[in-house]
Amino acid sequence: MIVAIASGKGGTGKTTVAVNLARLLGGGVHLLDCDVEEPNDHLFLPGTNGAAEPVTLPVPEVDQQRCDACGACSDFCAYHAIVSFGIKPLVFPELCHGCGGCALVCPRQAIREVPRRIGEIRTVEAGGVTLVQGRIDVGVPSSPPLIRAVRARAPAQGMTLVDAPPGTSCPVVAAVRGADLVVLVTEPTPFGLHDLELAVALVRELGIPCGVVINRAGSGDDRVHAFCRREGLPILAQIPDDRRIAEACSRGRLVVEALPEYEPLFRQLSGRVTHFAPTQRC
Amino acid sequence: MPERRVQTAPAGGARRTGIRELVVISGKGGTGKTSVAAALAVLAERPVVADCDVDAADLHLLLSPRVEARHGFRAGHEAVIDGGRCLGCGECFRLCRYGAIERTAGPAGGAACVVDPLACEGCGVCVRFCPAGAIAFPERTCGEWMVSRARTGPMVHARLGVAAENSGKLVSLVRQEARRLAAAEGRTTVIVDGPPGIGCPVIASLTGAAQVLVVTEPTVAGEHDLARVLALAGHFDIPAAVCVNKWDINPQMTWRIEDAAAAAGARVVGRIRHDPGVTAAQLRQLTVVETGTACAEDVRALWRQLGFANPNEE
Ligand code: SF4
Ligand code: SF4
Ligand code: SF4
Ligand code: SF4
Repeated sequence: MIVAIASGKGGTGKTTVAVNLARLLGGGVHLLDCDVEEPNDHLFLPGTNGAAEPVTLPVPEVDQQRCDACGACSDFCAYHAIVSFGIKPLVFPELCHGCGGCALVCPRQAIREVPRRIGEIRTVEAGGVTLVQGRIDVGVPSSPPLIRAVRARAPAQGMTLVDAPPGTSCPVVAAVRGADLVVLVTEPTPFGLHDLELAVALVRELGIPCGVVINRAGSGDDRVHAFCRREGLPILAQIPDDRRIAEACSRGRLVVEALPEYEPLFRQLSGRVTHFAPTQRC
Repeated sequence: MPERRVQTAPAGGARRTGIRELVVISGKGGTGKTSVAAALAVLAERPVVADCDVDAADLHLLLSPRVEARHGFRAGHEAVIDGGRCLGCGECFRLCRYGAIERTAGPAGGAACVVDPLACEGCGVCVRFCPAGAIAFPERTCGEWMVSRARTGPMVHARLGVAAENSGKLVSLVRQEARRLAAAEGRTTVIVDGPPGIGCPVIASLTGAAQVLVVTEPTVAGEHDLARVLALAGHFDIPAAVCVNKWDINPQMTWRIEDAAAAAGARVVGRIRHDPGVTAAQLRQLTVVETGTACAEDVRALWRQLGFANPNEE
């Protein structure tokens, strides 16, 4: 079963939910940190670091001998990543999506694809939790290829949690696609409501069932609750607005360990997530 | 720190027109970036405001803009298979590197392929190599952008369609439009609410800016992300300032972050206390400086420290 933890914007407590759930589920659970721009899960789940494996994207390399500057590659590329103005083409690797099209259209077989590093994946064994973390290199503009590489590490069997990047655009889709359930974490504030509405629209578009966790419950108003009721979205848990939770998180501590009185709340959430009835479409 | 020249000024050069952009970013999202940006917009003199957090645009919830013009945002293309012409040969399925083509049973019992629009990256490979010419490649509408009048004056904001990409392009467009409005109305300050993270949209929001303000939190995650954000600002040679929000949640961590920021060449320009009044202001659709809440004072001090009100000599 693959459960993605997501939120329409950052800082709603998505990571807090993901790491505490992973700790409670324990026993071979995989946690895939797909927030590859800002991977944080390892800060809460220290363990033995595996070696970093580079992730690459195939980018074109032009054989200057064979190329006759016909410009077919440049005409084809949808991202202007290979450009020839009547001259032998220049490649802009940072714009290349690695689609392979230019090599296919080149009539002189002058293009070969070479791997370009875009980031790395690290696997951490953290007391029963296998944490797989993707980290994109600074200055690499597009994260979905790396996110897909992290997602490919989900085992065929057993429980996998996915900590998705914030937002509702293509990196989120790459992280969330194919999940069995999406847990949307939000706050009971106008910002929280607005971003939740967008996230629900996305999850519906993907056709995945979803439930909501309301974090910092009690800090705002009840418009998020009303929205969930209206839309038939199950509220899976409400985490109270308790400054001690913020303090524990600021130190990289798990809530279930630093504040044991919250363990039952996360246990209940983990039960609801593992037994989520697949008929509850959102 | 010395004011460094910006290498990658966008076409049209902000420098020539004397327009200066302050970009507020956070690295990790949810640090209060938008609340701070909105408050700075209220404090600034005759600003143009640009909401470049196009993925989760919230600034309008605080600045009550009245929309004056809406424009569709189109970027890229998407593949669409004409089921009537598809031969079911599977060539598109084999060539697509993004898993965007699904094989299904065709109407006549044979195989047919369909494109999942949420997965299609618009590379055009399937379109080119389909032996039946069965794949169309229309332009994709990715969202809309709006020019509005907010309490602070002109505002440019946008709404990215669900699951859309190219948010970097939309960010560039919003910024460009904000600069154009500033020039047209003789305004010199543009306040940009930037996107979270360090990816394409952030890069698009930073290039050519006069100053970046990083709003962070005193958490292990905040500390960890700040280093990456400052590396990015350094990469584009933009002067960076740092402010710790909710600093009193973890004072030791605040010191550590401020030390690390200074060591990385950023200016430390202030601290904002943890204040439930931030949410209270949000519920009233106001910025903190328009309410009497405690942290308003911190945000005012931050604005003075930034020194953005009186542009430096170039
Ligand atoms: S691989 Fe695709 S994206 Fe990259 S240069 Fe070639 S055509 Fe362009
Ligand atoms: S298509 Fe091949 S031969 Fe033509 S310009 Fe590109 S690399 Fe050179
Ligand atoms: S390549 Fe063309 S004909 Fe072949 S399966 Fe795809 S759409 Fe159908
Ligand atoms: S355009 Fe590219 S990404 Fe889209 S379906 Fe065709 S091959 Fe796949």
